[in-house]
Amino acid sequence: MSVIKIQGTDDTPTVTLDKENNIFEISGRSLPEDVVVFYKPILEWLDEYKNDPLDLTVFNFKLEYFNTASSKLLLDVLLKLEDINNDGHEVLVKWHYPDDDEDMEEAGEEYSDIVDVPFEQVPYSI
Amino acid sequence: MANIKDHNESLDFVYDFYVKMKRNNINLAYEGEITHQITKAFTSLAETNMAREEDPSSVQKKVFHVMVECLQNISKHSEGSANESAKDGRGIFMVSKAATEYNVTTGNIIKNANVEKLRSILENVNKQDKDGLNKLYKQQMREGSISDRGGAGLGFIDIARKTGQKLLYSFLTIDSVNSFFVLTSTISRIKE
Repeated sequence: MSVIKIQGTDDTPTVTLDKENNIFEISGRSLPEDVVVFYKPILEWLDEYKNDPLDLTVFNFKLEYFNTASSKLLLDVLLKLEDINNDGHEVLVKWHYPDDDEDMEEAGEEYSDIVDVPFEQVPYSI
Repeated sequence: MANIKDHNESLDFVYDFYVKMKRNNINLAYEGEITHQITKAFTSLAETNMAREEDPSSVQKKVFHVMVECLQNISKHSEGSANESAKDGRGIFMVSKAATEYNVTTGNIIKNANVEKLRSILENVNKQDKDGLNKLYKQQMREGSISDRGGAGLGFIDIARKTGQKLLYSFLTIDSVNSFFVLTSTISRIKE
């Protein structure tokens, strides 16, 4: 299946969705001018991936910043992962946050409350 | 004023404006169309300034966040001005810095017909404590959808919970069609 590799900018995240090499990651900053347009290919890719996922999908989120409109689209991404998990394919979400960033830590906790998928909080120091 | 061509009038205007900005600790004021480029430029400017001021990174992040949400509110919701030639997505945007806090103020035109709806959204946000805001945010994220203007209906809730302060707002009726909506968000510079 195709690979998504988007290089991040100061307002859009780096995205890698690569089934072959087992890399699933969204990192950096997310405040795109049009969130729906930016996340559409990502959600479509996950819809396709859902049909034949790996036995274990480890999805890494390592975001520095996202705006509220992006938060809604990130939830949509997580809901796709929940579907995969519900279909009996293991999923692990790793939520990386700077260890001094309470807001980003809380955002992870919030998503883990909403979405029914194994969720691991991973602090890192800058 | 019609123009500032007249030399003396210009001097008076500029000096008066300068004094008012100084007196109110305004370090950024802008009136015009809020585009994505403007949003990026202002937030990047604020980041540079705050890094120089050595504000704690948590404060810097909160100011950045509030600025983004406020600027996007104007670009998505402002209704153009009473002047028919003006486009949507315009407004006034100001950032002030005092010893203990940053204030981000926006002003933009909205239709009178939308005032009550907006007021009730803001009243509801201001009624909530931290848990209530978190609940509201989750609920809106789950049940809401991205509007055709690109908003998620989460901005006010998130400003309130990230700043831990009530939103200050008011509406000024301009004429039978339009009102002016002013919103001030306060971010404490003192680390909790």
